[in-house]
Amino acid sequence: MNLTDTEKMMLEGREGLAVQKAMELLVRYGDALGAERLVDTNNVCGAVTAPTPEKMEMAKIEGLERALNAGFSEMNLDSDVVIEVPRVKVYTCQLIQRFGPDTAGLHDGSRELLDLQEDSDKFFGARGVHIMATCTPYQVGNVPVKGEHCAWMESSAVVYCNSVLGARTNTEGRESTGAASLTGKIPYWGYHLKENRFGTHLVEVEVPTDSMMDWGLLGYYVGEIIQDDIPVLRGLLSQPDLAKLKHFGAAAASSGGIEMYHIPGVTPEAPSIESAFGTRKPVQTLRYGKQERRIAYANLNSSARDRNIDFVMLGCPHDSIEQVWQTARLLDGKRLHSGTELWIRTPRALRELADRSGYTKIVEDAGGHILSDSCPAISRLMPGGTKVVATDSAKQAHYLPAITGVQTWFGSLEDCVEAAVTGKWSGGLD
Amino acid sequence: MIVLHGRKVVGGSAQGEALVTSQTISGWGGIDPKTGTIIELRHELRGKSFKDKILVFPGAKGSSGWSAFFHMARLNGAAPRGFVFNKMSTKIALGLVVTHAPAVTDFDRDPLKVIETGDWVEIDADQGIVKVTKQAERLLK
Repeated sequence: MNLTDTEKMMLEGREGLAVQKAMELLVRYGDALGAERLVDTNNVCGAVTAPTPEKMEMAKIEGLERALNAGFSEMNLDSDVVIEVPRVKVYTCQLIQRFGPDTAGLHDGSRELLDLQEDSDKFFGARGVHIMATCTPYQVGNVPVKGEHCAWMESSAVVYCNSVLGARTNTEGRESTGAASLTGKIPYWGYHLKENRFGTHLVEVEVPTDSMMDWGLLGYYVGEIIQDDIPVLRGLLSQPDLAKLKHFGAAAASSGGIEMYHIPGVTPEAPSIESAFGTRKPVQTLRYGKQERRIAYANLNSSARDRNIDFVMLGCPHDSIEQVWQTARLLDGKRLHSGTELWIRTPRALRELADRSGYTKIVEDAGGHILSDSCPAISRLMPGGTKVVATDSAKQAHYLPAITGVQTWFGSLEDCVEAAVTGKWSGGLD
Repeated sequence: MIVLHGRKVVGGSAQGEALVTSQTISGWGGIDPKTGTIIELRHELRGKSFKDKILVFPGAKGSSGWSAFFHMARLNGAAPRGFVFNKMSTKIALGLVVTHAPAVTDFDRDPLKVIETGDWVEIDADQGIVKVTKQAERLLK
């Protein structure tokens, strides 16, 4: 890779050991990609705070600071030398992490790990990492502008950033975002280059796609077929909104690895179908009709057999305030079934809005909870004894059974709230 | 013996038995980093471990936790000895860099059409060379 003089100085250690280790990793990573150079970024979304049982054990023996420095060195810089974490150099946000002490008693997670999350927040907050603690930074103020070079993790946020906002990021990881936060640099490769952002596949949508569930099913099908190429969607699509595109992208980045898509007339880099494909011609045209929609639904429900629901899980990716309200409205005046728990997850900043608007009270009066910061798949924490889950999230239905072994039903928000109130799954495809 | 020529992703040399899949692999939510076992529900390798194997696969998919999970597999001693793959992406490049195992891509022929599970694979990543001894040949020896 060709490095600028400033980058060379970082590599030589002129800005300290942490920055040197960060630059060493970026050079190894850029060389592996075949990148020619780095690009400046002032927008990093990464994952530095998550406590692990290993960190907790180390903290007990060697102290908290040493454990957090060691954890960052290994997992965020790939450095076997322990560095002291300095202040970050550029705008850096913490994505989804683990649950904190406010969730104690709702699951059987260790209190020590919950407390360590809070300690870790303080440690990294003091170094300039904004503890957004959500998979949806674009819902709480990190909304990059079109063309802005970013270094983001979180596959559902990456696809939103590229496709809906027109900003430019690859799917980065813990180590590369750690390095980017200390240097303001990331390899100039992939989606940072305009010519790599054009569509590759045309998807003809032949079944009306309107509801949240419709958009999730479409995303799950398209991701599985197209993997990590760039679909261009047209056909029977109603005007989507933030929540629908959040669900669509998260689903497509789970069954496959979609990092960018175009919807001509909707997404910013595709005013027309011609501009969506740019210099490329579609390598394949797929049709998405009733049959394909059924396949996606069946695949998402492949783990589920038992219709007695222990746990209803909403908010993956984290709910918008409007989604919280939609759920509150359905729960208003009702009580959850005695054997069924319900969690809604939303960023903490939106939780504040839900409290203020009275939605939290409606949900809690019905017996449910509004949580922030994490999710069952990330934390591996659910209400004790959970065997069967219902969710309105294609992403969570994809991952949760694999990670935790629970059966998971996927359906509409209405199906999920019905299951929470009756304790039985009665969802289906119309 | 079959010889494939490609491009170094991570340098070094390694040899071992091939574990081959035609399906892309998820890191976070797709593997157990303690044992190196594939856990994705509908994956053809579900229940199989890549620990100490040469993993031969099309590429990465899914979560941005790809690198962190292969990184943890290395720390747990459960990572593959080397990687042979087709499609470059940031997930896979970063993941292989932090796994510290030799890796090669951009081959003159499709490794998925040449290598089968159980074949013996020798990687010289610095030269971009992958040598394959078919299982049948190994048995004859």
